[in-house]
Amino acid sequence: MTRYSAFTLFREGLRGHKGWSKAWRSPEPKPEYDAIVIGGGGHGLATAYYLAKNHKITNVAVLEKGWLGGGNTGRNTTVIRSNYFYPESAALYDFGVKLYEGLSRDLNYNIMFSQRGMIVTAHSEHDMEMAARQTNAMRLNGVDAELLDRDQVLKRIPLANTRPDCRHPIHGGVLQPRAGTGRHDAVAWGLARAADSRGVDIIQNCEVQGFITEAGRCVGVETSLGPIRAGVIGAATAGHSSVIAQMAGLQLPITSYALQAFVSEPLKPVMDTVWLAPPFGTYFSQSDKGGLVIGGGLDRVPSYGQRGNLPMQETVLAGLAEMVPALAKVKLLRHWAGIVDVTPDSSPIIGPSGLDGLYLNCGWGTGGFKSIPVGGSLLAHLMATGQHDPLSQPFDLTRFPTGRLIDEGAASGIAH
Amino acid sequence: MQIFTCPFCGPRDEREFHFAAEAGKTRPDTTRQIDPETWATYLHAQRNDKGRTREVWMHLPCSELFLMERDSVTMEVFSTHPLRKEPQ
Repeated sequence: MTRYSAFTLFREGLRGHKGWSKAWRSPEPKPEYDAIVIGGGGHGLATAYYLAKNHKITNVAVLEKGWLGGGNTGRNTTVIRSNYFYPESAALYDFGVKLYEGLSRDLNYNIMFSQRGMIVTAHSEHDMEMAARQTNAMRLNGVDAELLDRDQVLKRIPLANTRPDCRHPIHGGVLQPRAGTGRHDAVAWGLARAADSRGVDIIQNCEVQGFITEAGRCVGVETSLGPIRAGVIGAATAGHSSVIAQMAGLQLPITSYALQAFVSEPLKPVMDTVWLAPPFGTYFSQSDKGGLVIGGGLDRVPSYGQRGNLPMQETVLAGLAEMVPALAKVKLLRHWAGIVDVTPDSSPIIGPSGLDGLYLNCGWGTGGFKSIPVGGSLLAHLMATGQHDPLSQPFDLTRFPTGRLIDEGAASGIAH
Repeated sequence: MQIFTCPFCGPRDEREFHFAAEAGKTRPDTTRQIDPETWATYLHAQRNDKGRTREVWMHLPCSELFLMERDSVTMEVFSTHPLRKEPQ
Protein backbone atom coordinates (compact mmCIF):
# COMPACT_ATOMS: atom_id res chain seq x y z
CA MET A 1 0.00 0.00 0.00
CA THR A 2 1.35 3.44 -0.94
CA ARG A 3 1.52 5.65 2.11
CA TYR A 4 -0.24 8.92 1.41
CA SER A 5 1.69 12.09 2.25
CA ALA A 6 2.45 15.53 0.88
CA PHE A 7 5.70 14.07 -0.46
CA THR A 8 4.07 11.18 -2.38
CA LEU A 9 1.48 13.59 -3.79
CA PHE A 10 4.26 15.90 -4.98
CA ARG A 11 6.27 13.00 -6.41
CA GLU A 12 3.25 11.56 -8.26
CA GLY A 13 2.43 15.03 -9.56
CA LEU A 14 5.81 15.06 -11.27
CA ARG A 15 5.33 11.50 -12.59
CA GLY A 16 1.88 12.10 -14.10
CA HIS A 17 0.12 10.22 -11.28
CA LYS A 18 1.12 6.83 -12.71
CA GLY A 19 2.53 5.36 -9.50
CA TRP A 20 -0.62 5.09 -7.38
CA SER A 21 -1.68 1.58 -6.43
CA LYS A 22 -5.30 0.50 -5.90
CA ALA A 23 -6.59 1.52 -2.48
CA TRP A 24 -7.93 -1.99 -1.83
CA ARG A 25 -7.97 -5.38 -3.54
CA SER A 26 -11.06 -7.16 -4.92
CA PRO A 27 -10.39 -10.76 -3.86
CA GLU A 28 -12.50 -13.85 -4.49
CA PRO A 29 -14.12 -15.04 -1.26
CA LYS A 30 -12.36 -17.86 0.58
CA PRO A 31 -14.51 -20.81 1.77
CA GLU A 32 -13.89 -19.96 5.42
CA TYR A 33 -12.87 -16.98 7.58
CA ASP A 34 -12.32 -16.38 11.28
CA ALA A 35 -14.88 -13.60 11.13
CA ILE A 36 -17.41 -12.26 8.62
CA VAL A 37 -18.89 -8.78 8.72
CA ILE A 38 -22.14 -8.33 6.80
CA GLY A 39 -22.41 -4.86 5.29
CA GLY A 40 -19.69 -2.81 3.59
CA GLY A 41 -20.82 0.57 4.81
CA GLY A 42 -18.98 2.65 7.38
CA HIS A 43 -19.94 0.50 10.37
CA GLY A 44 -19.06 -2.80 8.67
CA LEU A 45 -15.72 -1.52 7.37
CA ALA A 46 -14.91 0.01 10.77
CA THR A 47 -15.73 -3.33 12.43
CA ALA A 48 -13.28 -5.13 10.15
CA TYR A 49 -10.65 -2.44 10.65
CA TYR A 50 -10.88 -2.59 14.46
CA LEU A 51 -10.96 -6.43 14.43
CA ALA A 52 -7.59 -6.27 12.68
CA LYS A 53 -6.16 -3.31 14.56
CA ASN A 54 -7.36 -3.82 18.14
CA HIS A 55 -7.82 -7.60 18.25
CA LYS A 56 -5.29 -8.84 15.67
CA ILE A 57 -7.96 -10.84 13.85
CA THR A 58 -7.10 -10.36 10.17
CA ASN A 59 -8.68 -13.42 8.52
CA VAL A 60 -11.86 -11.39 8.03
CA ALA A 61 -14.27 -10.82 5.15
CA VAL A 62 -16.60 -7.86 4.68
CA LEU A 63 -19.57 -8.86 2.49
CA GLU A 64 -21.35 -6.04 0.68
CA LYS A 65 -24.38 -6.63 -1.57
CA GLY A 66 -23.73 -3.47 -3.61
CA TRP A 67 -20.74 -1.16 -3.58
CA LEU A 68 -18.77 0.21 -0.63
CA GLY A 69 -20.51 3.01 1.17
CA GLY A 70 -23.45 2.91 -1.25
CA GLY A 71 -26.09 2.80 1.47
CA ASN A 72 -26.47 5.30 4.27
CA THR A 73 -22.72 6.00 4.41
CA GLY A 74 -23.11 7.78 1.09
CA ARG A 75 -26.56 9.21 1.88
CA ASN A 76 -26.16 11.24 5.08
CA THR A 77 -25.47 14.88 5.89
CA THR A 78 -22.00 14.12 7.36
CA VAL A 79 -22.65 15.66 10.78
CA ILE A 80 -20.49 14.38 13.65
CA ARG A 81 -21.60 15.36 17.18
CA SER A 82 -22.23 14.04 20.70
CA ASN A 83 -24.83 16.48 22.07
CA TYR A 84 -26.90 13.82 23.84
CA PHE A 85 -28.64 13.87 27.21
CA TYR A 86 -28.24 10.57 29.06
CA PRO A 87 -24.86 9.46 30.47
CA GLU A 88 -24.91 6.18 28.50
CA SER A 89 -25.41 8.01 25.19
CA ALA A 90 -22.96 10.78 26.01
CA ALA A 91 -20.24 8.22 26.77
CA LEU A 92 -20.98 6.29 23.57
CA TYR A 93 -21.25 9.17 21.11
CA ASP A 94 -18.44 11.21 22.64
CA PHE A 95 -16.09 8.26 22.30
CA GLY A 96 -17.21 8.27 18.65
CA VAL A 97 -16.24 11.94 18.27
CA LYS A 98 -12.88 11.23 19.92
CA LEU A 99 -12.20 8.38 17.48
CA TYR A 100 -13.13 10.71 14.60
CA GLU A 101 -10.69 13.32 15.95
CA GLY A 102 -7.81 10.88 15.42
CA LEU A 103 -9.17 9.02 12.41
CA SER A 104 -7.40 10.82 9.54
CA ARG A 105 -4.01 10.16 11.13
CA ASP A 106 -5.00 6.64 12.20
CA LEU A 107 -6.09 5.67 8.67
CA ASN A 108 -3.48 7.74 6.78
CA TYR A 109 -6.48 9.10 4.85
CA ASN A 110 -7.86 12.63 5.11
CA ILE A 111 -11.49 12.27 6.17
CA MET A 112 -11.74 16.08 6.37
CA PHE A 113 -13.28 16.17 9.85
CA SER A 114 -13.92 19.87 10.30
CA GLN A 115 -14.86 20.75 13.89
CA ARG A 116 -16.86 23.82 12.96
CA GLY A 117 -19.31 23.40 15.83
CA MET A 118 -23.04 22.72 15.90
CA ILE A 119 -25.72 25.02 17.27
CA VAL A 120 -29.20 23.91 18.29
CA THR A 121 -31.20 27.11 18.58
CA ALA A 122 -33.82 28.02 21.20
CA HIS A 123 -36.85 30.02 20.11
CA SER A 124 -38.69 30.97 23.31
CA GLU A 125 -38.00 31.55 27.01
CA HIS A 126 -39.05 27.95 27.67
CA ASP A 127 -36.68 26.71 24.98
CA MET A 128 -33.90 28.66 26.72
CA GLU A 129 -34.61 26.82 29.98
CA MET A 130 -34.43 23.49 28.15
CA ALA A 131 -31.24 24.65 26.42
CA ALA A 132 -29.68 25.41 29.82
CA ARG A 133 -30.72 21.97 31.03
CA GLN A 134 -29.21 20.35 27.94
CA THR A 135 -25.97 22.32 28.34
CA ASN A 136 -25.70 21.32 31.98
CA ALA A 137 -26.43 17.66 31.21
CA MET A 138 -23.77 17.58 28.53
CA ARG A 139 -21.19 19.24 30.79
CA LEU A 140 -21.97 16.84 33.64
CA ASN A 141 -21.37 14.01 31.16
CA GLY A 142 -17.99 15.49 30.22
CA VAL A 143 -19.06 16.71 26.77
CA ASP A 144 -18.20 20.24 25.63
CA ALA A 145 -21.23 22.55 25.54
CA GLU A 146 -21.87 26.29 25.69
CA LEU A 147 -25.13 28.14 26.24
CA LEU A 148 -25.34 31.04 23.77
CA ASP A 149 -27.57 34.10 23.94
CA ARG A 150 -29.21 35.66 20.89
CA ASP A 151 -26.28 37.91 20.02
CA GLN A 152 -23.79 35.07 20.29
CA VAL A 153 -25.91 32.93 17.95
CA LEU A 154 -26.29 35.74 15.41
CA LYS A 155 -22.55 36.38 15.50
CA ARG A 156 -21.94 32.77 14.47
CA ILE A 157 -24.89 32.60 12.04
CA PRO A 158 -25.15 36.07 10.50
CA LEU A 159 -27.53 34.70 7.85
CA ALA A 160 -30.25 33.83 10.37
CA ASN A 161 -33.67 35.39 10.10
CA THR A 162 -33.80 38.52 12.32
CA ARG A 163 -36.99 40.05 10.93
CA PRO A 164 -39.22 41.41 13.70
CA ASP A 165 -42.18 39.44 12.31
CA CYS A 166 -40.37 36.11 11.96
CA ARG A 167 -42.28 33.06 13.07
CA HIS A 168 -39.72 31.65 15.54
CA PRO A 169 -37.34 34.38 16.73
CA ILE A 170 -33.97 33.19 18.02
CA HIS A 171 -33.52 33.54 21.79
CA GLY A 172 -30.22 31.66 22.02
CA GLY A 173 -28.93 28.14 21.62
CA VAL A 174 -26.66 25.28 22.66
CA LEU A 175 -23.29 25.09 20.96
CA GLN A 176 -21.12 21.98 20.85
CA PRO A 177 -17.78 23.38 19.64
CA ARG A 178 -16.21 19.96 18.89
CA ALA A 179 -19.06 18.88 16.60
CA GLY A 180 -18.67 19.29 12.87
CA THR A 181 -18.78 17.59 9.50
CA GLY A 182 -16.63 15.01 7.74
CA ARG A 183 -16.23 13.68 4.22
CA HIS A 184 -18.53 10.67 4.10
CA ASP A 185 -16.99 8.83 1.13
CA ALA A 186 -13.52 9.36 2.56
CA VAL A 187 -14.59 7.63 5.79
CA ALA A 188 -15.71 4.55 3.84
CA TRP A 189 -12.71 4.54 1.50
CA GLY A 190 -10.17 5.28 4.24
CA LEU A 191 -11.51 2.48 6.44
CA ALA A 192 -11.63 0.07 3.46
CA ARG A 193 -8.03 0.88 2.52
CA ALA A 194 -6.77 0.55 6.08
CA ALA A 195 -8.66 -2.73 6.69
CA ASP A 196 -7.50 -4.17 3.36
CA SER A 197 -3.87 -3.30 4.13
CA ARG A 198 -4.17 -5.35 7.33
CA GLY A 199 -5.38 -8.38 5.37
CA VAL A 200 -9.17 -8.01 5.42
CA ASP A 201 -10.96 -9.26 2.27
CA ILE A 202 -13.55 -6.74 1.07
CA ILE A 203 -16.01 -8.49 -1.21
CA GLN A 204 -18.47 -6.31 -3.10
CA ASN A 205 -21.53 -7.49 -5.04
CA CYS A 206 -21.90 -10.39 -2.60
CA GLU A 207 -25.36 -10.51 -1.06
CA VAL A 208 -26.02 -12.53 2.08
CA GLN A 209 -29.12 -14.68 1.48
CA GLY A 210 -29.24 -16.88 4.58
CA PHE A 211 -27.41 -18.24 7.59
CA ILE A 212 -25.80 -21.67 8.00
CA THR A 213 -26.55 -23.00 11.47
CA GLU A 214 -25.21 -26.13 13.13
CA ALA A 215 -26.45 -27.30 16.54
CA GLY A 216 -28.15 -23.93 17.09
CA ARG A 217 -25.02 -21.91 16.31
CA CYS A 218 -24.49 -19.69 13.31
CA VAL A 219 -21.39 -20.99 11.49
CA GLY A 220 -21.58 -19.21 8.15
CA VAL A 221 -23.63 -17.46 5.53
CA GLU A 222 -25.22 -18.38 2.22
CA THR A 223 -24.38 -15.72 -0.33
CA SER A 224 -24.92 -14.92 -3.99
CA LEU A 225 -21.32 -16.16 -4.46
CA GLY A 226 -21.88 -19.42 -2.55
CA PRO A 227 -21.60 -20.48 1.10
CA ILE A 228 -18.89 -18.93 3.29
CA ARG A 229 -18.17 -20.30 6.76
CA ALA A 230 -16.95 -18.23 9.70
CA GLY A 231 -16.09 -18.55 13.38
CA VAL A 232 -18.13 -15.49 14.25
CA ILE A 233 -20.43 -13.18 12.30
CA GLY A 234 -21.35 -9.54 12.81
CA ALA A 235 -24.11 -7.66 10.99
CA ALA A 236 -23.91 -3.92 10.38
CA THR A 237 -26.72 -3.49 7.89
CA ALA A 238 -28.57 -0.36 9.13
CA GLY A 239 -32.00 -0.04 7.46
CA HIS A 240 -31.89 -3.66 6.27
CA SER A 241 -31.19 -5.16 9.72
CA SER A 242 -34.73 -6.56 9.95
CA VAL A 243 -34.19 -8.37 6.61
CA ILE A 244 -30.99 -9.97 7.98
CA ALA A 245 -32.78 -10.78 11.27
CA GLN A 246 -35.60 -12.53 9.40
CA MET A 247 -33.00 -14.81 7.76
CA ALA A 248 -31.89 -15.75 11.27
CA GLY A 249 -35.49 -16.33 12.40
CA LEU A 250 -35.48 -13.23 14.63
CA GLN A 251 -37.53 -10.06 14.93
CA LEU A 252 -35.98 -6.78 16.01
CA PRO A 253 -37.52 -3.71 17.65
CA ILE A 254 -36.79 -1.73 14.48
CA THR A 255 -38.88 0.08 11.90
CA SER A 256 -37.21 1.23 8.67
CA TYR A 257 -37.98 4.70 7.38
CA ALA A 258 -36.67 6.90 4.59
CA LEU A 259 -34.66 9.92 5.69
CA GLN A 260 -34.19 12.60 3.04
CA ALA A 261 -31.38 15.05 2.48
CA PHE A 262 -30.65 17.77 -0.05
CA VAL A 263 -27.65 19.58 -1.45
CA SER A 264 -27.85 22.95 -3.16
CA GLU A 265 -25.88 24.46 -6.02
CA PRO A 266 -22.43 25.63 -4.85
CA LEU A 267 -22.37 29.05 -3.19
CA LYS A 268 -19.59 31.24 -1.86
CA PRO A 269 -18.96 30.61 1.85
CA VAL A 270 -22.02 31.74 3.81
CA MET A 271 -22.18 29.31 6.72
CA ASP A 272 -19.33 27.93 8.81
CA THR A 273 -21.19 25.93 11.43
CA VAL A 274 -24.00 23.35 11.61
CA TRP A 275 -27.37 24.79 12.63
CA LEU A 276 -30.43 22.83 13.74
CA ALA A 277 -33.65 24.76 14.40
CA PRO A 278 -35.96 22.39 16.31
CA PRO A 279 -39.28 24.18 15.52
CA PHE A 280 -38.74 23.35 11.85
CA GLY A 281 -36.81 20.11 12.30
CA THR A 282 -34.45 21.45 9.62
CA TYR A 283 -30.68 21.68 9.85
CA PHE A 284 -27.95 22.62 7.41
CA SER A 285 -24.27 23.23 6.93
CA GLN A 286 -22.09 24.18 3.97
CA SER A 287 -19.71 21.70 2.39
CA ASP A 288 -16.19 22.58 1.30
CA LYS A 289 -17.41 22.56 -2.29
CA GLY A 290 -19.90 25.27 -1.37
CA GLY A 291 -23.14 23.28 -1.50
CA LEU A 292 -25.57 23.69 1.35
CA VAL A 293 -26.22 20.27 2.86
CA ILE A 294 -29.75 20.24 4.24
CA GLY A 295 -31.51 17.63 6.35
CA GLY A 296 -34.63 17.21 8.43
CA GLY A 297 -36.98 14.67 9.97
CA LEU A 298 -38.06 11.22 8.86
CA ASP A 299 -40.73 10.43 6.32
CA ARG A 300 -43.41 9.02 8.63
CA VAL A 301 -44.10 6.02 6.40
CA PRO A 302 -42.19 2.75 6.87
CA SER A 303 -40.13 2.37 3.73
CA TYR A 304 -37.33 0.48 2.01
CA GLY A 305 -37.52 2.70 -1.11
CA GLN A 306 -34.35 4.80 -1.17
CA ARG A 307 -36.13 7.98 -2.20
CA GLY A 308 -38.15 10.51 -0.28
CA ASN A 309 -41.71 11.71 -0.46
CA LEU A 310 -42.89 15.21 -1.25
CA PRO A 311 -44.64 16.26 1.99
CA MET A 312 -41.44 15.96 4.05
CA GLN A 313 -39.45 17.66 1.30
CA GLU A 314 -41.81 20.62 1.54
CA THR A 315 -41.56 20.69 5.35
CA VAL A 316 -37.75 20.67 5.41
CA LEU A 317 -37.30 23.27 2.68
CA ALA A 318 -40.04 25.53 4.03
CA GLY A 319 -38.16 25.38 7.34
CA LEU A 320 -34.93 26.41 5.65
CA ALA A 321 -36.62 29.34 3.90
CA GLU A 322 -37.95 30.55 7.27
CA MET A 323 -34.60 30.04 9.05
CA VAL A 324 -32.74 31.96 6.33
CA PRO A 325 -35.06 33.84 3.95
CA ALA A 326 -32.02 34.80 1.85
CA LEU A 327 -31.67 31.14 0.82
CA ALA A 328 -35.24 30.79 -0.46
CA LYS A 329 -34.19 31.16 -4.11
CA VAL A 330 -31.18 28.84 -3.95
CA LYS A 331 -31.56 25.90 -6.34
CA LEU A 332 -31.18 22.30 -5.28
CA LEU A 333 -28.59 20.23 -7.04
CA ARG A 334 -29.49 16.80 -5.70
CA HIS A 335 -31.92 15.16 -3.33
CA TRP A 336 -31.90 11.61 -2.00
CA ALA A 337 -32.99 9.33 0.84
CA GLY A 338 -31.43 6.59 2.90
CA ILE A 339 -33.21 3.83 4.82
CA VAL A 340 -32.69 4.25 8.53
CA ASP A 341 -33.36 1.72 11.30
CA VAL A 342 -35.35 3.40 14.04
CA THR A 343 -35.74 1.85 17.50
CA PRO A 344 -38.45 2.71 20.05
CA ASP A 345 -35.98 4.78 22.14
CA SER A 346 -33.88 6.21 19.26
CA SER A 347 -30.80 4.48 20.68
CA PRO A 348 -28.75 1.83 18.88
CA ILE A 349 -28.73 -1.93 19.38
CA ILE A 350 -25.30 -3.42 19.96
CA GLY A 351 -24.94 -6.97 21.22
CA PRO A 352 -25.75 -10.65 20.73
CA SER A 353 -28.63 -11.17 18.29
CA GLY A 354 -30.32 -14.14 19.95
CA LEU A 355 -28.74 -16.56 17.46
CA ASP A 356 -25.47 -17.90 18.89
CA GLY A 357 -22.47 -16.66 16.87
CA LEU A 358 -24.27 -13.67 15.33
CA TYR A 359 -23.80 -10.17 16.75
CA LEU A 360 -25.63 -6.98 15.82
CA ASN A 361 -24.68 -3.35 15.38
CA CYS A 362 -27.82 -1.55 14.21
CA GLY A 363 -30.65 0.74 15.26
CA TRP A 364 -28.59 3.92 14.91
CA GLY A 365 -31.55 5.41 13.10
CA THR A 366 -30.76 8.86 11.76
CA GLY A 367 -27.41 9.07 13.56
CA GLY A 368 -25.32 6.33 12.01
CA PHE A 369 -22.61 8.38 10.31
CA LYS A 370 -21.29 10.07 13.46
CA SER A 371 -21.03 6.70 15.18
CA ILE A 372 -19.15 4.78 12.48
CA PRO A 373 -15.87 4.39 14.41
CA VAL A 374 -17.48 3.75 17.79
CA GLY A 375 -20.05 1.29 16.37
CA GLY A 376 -17.32 -0.58 14.53
CA SER A 377 -14.98 -0.74 17.50
CA LEU A 378 -17.73 -2.02 19.82
CA LEU A 379 -18.95 -4.69 17.38
CA ALA A 380 -15.33 -5.76 16.84
CA HIS A 381 -14.91 -6.08 20.62
CA LEU A 382 -18.03 -8.26 20.86
CA MET A 383 -16.99 -10.47 17.96
CA ALA A 384 -13.44 -10.90 19.25
CA THR A 385 -14.21 -11.49 22.92
CA GLY A 386 -17.87 -12.54 23.06
CA GLN A 387 -18.26 -9.90 25.79
CA HIS A 388 -19.63 -6.40 25.87
CA ASP A 389 -17.36 -3.41 26.27
CA PRO A 390 -18.77 -1.33 29.19
CA LEU A 391 -19.74 1.34 26.61
CA SER A 392 -22.01 -1.00 24.65
CA GLN A 393 -23.55 -2.94 27.58
CA PRO A 394 -26.50 -0.52 28.08
CA PHE A 395 -27.41 -0.85 24.39
CA ASP A 396 -27.93 -4.61 24.49
CA LEU A 397 -31.26 -6.03 23.28
CA THR A 398 -32.04 -6.98 26.91
CA ARG A 399 -32.99 -3.34 27.58
CA PHE A 400 -36.38 -4.01 25.99
CA PRO A 401 -37.61 -6.77 28.36
CA THR A 402 -36.08 -5.02 31.39
CA GLY A 403 -37.53 -1.65 30.37
CA ARG A 404 -34.20 0.17 30.78
CA LEU A 405 -34.69 2.18 27.59
CA ILE A 406 -32.37 5.09 26.79
CA ASP A 407 -34.94 7.43 25.34
CA GLU A 408 -32.86 9.99 23.48
CA GLY A 409 -35.71 10.69 21.04
CA ALA A 410 -37.55 12.32 23.92
CA ALA A 411 -34.57 13.64 25.89
CA SER A 412 -32.18 15.39 23.57
CA GLY A 413 -34.75 17.26 21.48
CA ILE A 414 -32.82 16.61 18.29
CA ALA A 415 -34.43 15.36 15.13
CA HIS A 416 -33.87 11.60 15.18
CA MET B 1 -47.99 13.43 -3.99
CA GLN B 2 -49.37 9.97 -3.33
CA ILE B 3 -53.07 9.23 -3.08
CA PHE B 4 -54.29 6.69 -0.50
CA THR B 5 -57.86 5.43 -0.42
CA CYS B 6 -59.68 5.60 2.89
CA PRO B 7 -62.31 2.83 2.89
CA PHE B 8 -64.78 5.33 4.36
CA CYS B 9 -63.95 8.62 2.60
CA GLY B 10 -62.40 7.55 -0.71
CA PRO B 11 -59.16 8.70 -2.36
CA ARG B 12 -57.29 11.40 -0.39
CA ASP B 13 -53.92 13.09 -0.19
CA GLU B 14 -51.22 11.09 1.69
CA ARG B 15 -50.82 13.92 4.21
CA GLU B 16 -54.23 13.02 5.67
CA PHE B 17 -53.00 9.59 6.73
CA HIS B 18 -51.01 8.31 9.68
CA PHE B 19 -49.22 4.96 9.92
CA ALA B 20 -50.33 3.28 13.15
CA ALA B 21 -48.83 -0.22 13.38
CA GLU B 22 -48.12 -3.50 11.65
CA ALA B 23 -51.25 -5.62 11.32
CA GLY B 24 -51.66 -9.00 12.96
CA LYS B 25 -50.24 -8.52 16.43
CA THR B 26 -52.21 -10.16 19.21
CA ARG B 27 -52.13 -8.57 22.64
CA PRO B 28 -51.03 -11.05 25.32
CA ASP B 29 -53.67 -11.97 27.90
CA THR B 30 -52.80 -9.44 30.59
CA THR B 31 -55.34 -10.83 33.05
CA ARG B 32 -52.69 -13.52 33.59
CA GLN B 33 -49.06 -13.08 34.60
CA ILE B 34 -46.89 -12.75 31.49
CA ASP B 35 -43.12 -12.75 31.36
CA PRO B 36 -41.19 -9.60 30.40
CA GLU B 37 -39.91 -11.14 27.14
CA THR B 38 -43.42 -11.81 25.84
CA TRP B 39 -44.55 -8.32 26.76
CA ALA B 40 -41.45 -6.69 25.21
CA THR B 41 -41.97 -8.71 22.03
CA TYR B 42 -45.58 -7.54 21.83
CA LEU B 43 -44.65 -3.91 22.47
CA HIS B 44 -41.53 -3.56 20.37
CA ALA B 45 -40.73 -6.42 17.95
CA GLN B 46 -41.54 -5.68 14.32
CA ARG B 47 -41.55 -7.83 11.19
CA ASN B 48 -40.56 -4.66 9.32
CA ASP B 49 -41.04 -6.51 6.02
CA LYS B 50 -39.27 -5.42 2.87
CA GLY B 51 -41.81 -5.77 0.06
CA ARG B 52 -45.45 -6.64 0.65
CA THR B 53 -46.76 -5.41 4.02
CA ARG B 54 -50.06 -5.39 5.94
CA GLU B 55 -50.45 -2.37 8.18
CA VAL B 56 -53.00 -0.50 10.25
CA TRP B 57 -53.35 3.14 9.21
CA MET B 58 -55.56 6.00 10.36
CA HIS B 59 -57.29 8.50 8.12
CA LEU B 60 -56.94 11.58 10.34
CA PRO B 61 -59.98 13.62 9.20
CA CYS B 62 -62.43 10.76 9.92
CA SER B 63 -60.23 9.15 12.64
CA GLU B 64 -61.03 5.66 11.34
CA LEU B 65 -58.43 2.93 11.51
CA PHE B 66 -58.19 0.62 8.52
CA LEU B 67 -56.00 -2.08 7.01
CA MET B 68 -53.70 -1.22 4.12
CA GLU B 69 -51.74 -3.69 2.03
CA ARG B 70 -48.87 -2.06 0.18
CA ASP B 71 -45.31 -2.56 -1.00
CA SER B 72 -42.69 -0.97 1.26
CA VAL B 73 -40.18 -0.65 -1.60
CA THR B 74 -42.28 0.63 -4.51
CA MET B 75 -44.98 2.32 -2.31
CA GLU B 76 -47.66 0.72 -4.50
CA VAL B 77 -50.94 0.27 -2.60
CA PHE B 78 -52.72 -3.03 -3.26
CA SER B 79 -55.83 -2.62 -1.14
CA THR B 80 -57.42 -0.87 1.82
CA HIS B 81 -60.26 -2.31 3.92
CA PRO B 82 -62.12 -1.55 7.11
CA LEU B 83 -60.64 -3.57 9.98
CA ARG B 84 -64.00 -5.25 10.69
CA LYS B 85 -64.03 -6.70 7.19
CA GLU B 86 -60.42 -7.85 7.24
CA PRO B 87 -60.10 -10.81 4.84
CA GLN B 88 -59.00 -13.99 6.61
